[in-house]
Amino acid sequence: MSEVKYNPSIIYGIFDDDDDLLQSAKVFRANRISVANVYSPFPIHGIDPVIGHKRTNVSVAAFVFGATGFSLAVLMIWYMLISDWPINVGGKPNWTFAANFPAFVPVLFESTVFCAAHGMSITYLLLNRLLPGFNPRNPDPRSTDDKFIMEINMSDNWDAKYDEVVYLLKQTGASEIKER
Amino acid sequence: MAHAPSNNLREPLILGEKSYHDITVDICRPIETRANKLWYVVFGLSFITMLWGIGLIAYTVGTGLGVWGLNKSVEWAWDITNFVWWIGIGHAGTLISAILLLFRQRWRMSINRAAEAMTIFAVICAAIYPVFHMGRVWVGYWVLPLPNQFGSLWANFNSPLLWDVFAISTYFSVSLVFWYIGLIPDFATVRDRAITPAAKKAYTLLSFGWTGNAKAWARFEEVSLVLAGLSTPLVLSVHTIVSMDFATSVIPGWHTTIFPPYFVAGAIFSGFAMVLTLMLIVRKVLGLEAYITVAHVEAMNKIIILTGSIVGVAYLTELFMSWYSGVEYEQYAFLNRATGPYWWAYWSMMTCNVVTPQLFWFPKIRKSLVATFIISIFVNIGMWFERFVIIVTSLHRDYLPSSWMMFHPSFVDIGIFVGSIGLFFVMFLLFARTFPVIALNELKTILKATGKYKRTSPQPEYKIEDLILESRKGKSGAAIHGEEHH
Repeated sequence: MSEVKYNPSIIYGIFDDDDDLLQSAKVFRANRISVANVYSPFPIHGIDPVIGHKRTNVSVAAFVFGATGFSLAVLMIWYMLISDWPINVGGKPNWTFAANFPAFVPVLFESTVFCAAHGMSITYLLLNRLLPGFNPRNPDPRSTDDKFIMEINMSDNWDAKYDEVVYLLKQTGASEIKER
Repeated sequence: MAHAPSNNLREPLILGEKSYHDITVDICRPIETRANKLWYVVFGLSFITMLWGIGLIAYTVGTGLGVWGLNKSVEWAWDITNFVWWIGIGHAGTLISAILLLFRQRWRMSINRAAEAMTIFAVICAAIYPVFHMGRVWVGYWVLPLPNQFGSLWANFNSPLLWDVFAISTYFSVSLVFWYIGLIPDFATVRDRAITPAAKKAYTLLSFGWTGNAKAWARFEEVSLVLAGLSTPLVLSVHTIVSMDFATSVIPGWHTTIFPPYFVAGAIFSGFAMVLTLMLIVRKVLGLEAYITVAHVEAMNKIIILTGSIVGVAYLTELFMSWYSGVEYEQYAFLNRATGPYWWAYWSMMTCNVVTPQLFWFPKIRKSLVATFIISIFVNIGMWFERFVIIVTSLHRDYLPSSWMMFHPSFVDIGIFVGSIGLFFVMFLLFARTFPVIALNELKTILKATGKYKRTSPQPEYKIEDLILESRKGKSGAAIHGEEHH
């Protein structure tokens, strides 16, 4: 390795088109060079399996938080209107939760949706490291406009050569190459 | 290829030949340029009306609800009419962003951002009315389920009015979050284009440090889909519960099981009318004719026909059921609506809601922007009258003829309503100048499929097999094994 004079740790290939990047990522996979990340202004459909990202399961959070919200709402209504202080409304059944259940459906439903939606959204923000005051981490500001950036981490590809990566990026249509 | 093939049978949803950068520039233009004189004039007028409304709310709180036109027979009138009207308007935004997402309707992408903004602003306007109708607003927190030493009892979970508290607050907060999660990537685009340090700072704060990597986008898409799935039953539940405020009472004309679907259809109907009114102005003023096209307007007009027809059928069903029920109070309530002292409100409602939208069966009218704008205004007015008819005509004839009263709005009633329209436009005009009014990054995903895509660099020609390097053959890198990288 000592004969290598210049070996940047990260190489960015900047593409002008989403499909060009997707094809390029396939070329890298065929060459068994791993792509660390892709930055794009919009989701590139089909990129995840090519760069080896597993399907996200953030929606599980919606179920967990929804079930929690439902249970808490049941507990709250049961305590307030059945256990602590039943309200007699025109003699309607109010002594057991089951007898009174139909009237509780709207609040149970709304509480479930409230907790599911907010719980999942907060999980999403935390997973994506999104909070007010955080600074952007995209390697080039144009990646939120019309540039599609492929990040190749040389430390992930210890047996790949710098020249190989640059050659492949150029051949597959990268309009610019940046290094860090 | 990954994107869907273009479908020449449908009209393009993005006109002209556009590159991705063109879309960014076109939609960021209102944010990055100065507003014209017209904007300042309209904003100024809206701001003054808003202040007038705020002044009258202060007057109401200081003096008491007696300054409104309510009396002991008509205890709900103007305020609840306005509440239901505004909440109904909000429904179109959620329908466009959630239900049309589930149905994979591409045309929603040009209008969902502004329609969701309209939802949020409309719910804020709606909230004014029940809050200030409480009279003693400083004890408004009693509607929350707090320990009973704050009031006399726990909140009553059997009451539709409490269901409303839960429904509206859930609807508002979930719509806001749904809207904001969609806005984050677009704020990042504005941030990365910002020139002045102040704009850079503001949009950095608003975009939460969005990076746009593949993992973030995968999560974004999944969260959007699940939020759409949650919002769909939510939006249907909101107006269902609003209708139950009426349907669970024993007032003739209110006590009907048709109310939930009838109110939901009416809400979507009025909401689409308001979306059309706003979008026809927005596309012109902000120069977005290439993105909000006649095809979009036509699609919305078709929803107006559908929901308007459902509303029409509901009106006729109500009439039939009141006759068929054999209950004389019910029969009188509907006869009184059509021929009593409020006949003009009933027939305004019938004309605006049942007759005018049927004009959209003619393709020429459906595709005409001027006709659409006029009819959308008619529907907005008609739907206001619908709520007024339902609420006031049912209440002003009590069971005891000695309690029969008329309702006359006071200048405070009218002023607060006009003020809420002012507030709505203040918020919408500020939105139009500081937020990307079209979900610009989402729109880029459909450019290749429904528009003319302008390439900015030549397409590389190669076969994947030809680019497998001799030196890489037989290597076993990590990428092939589908491992996740951090």
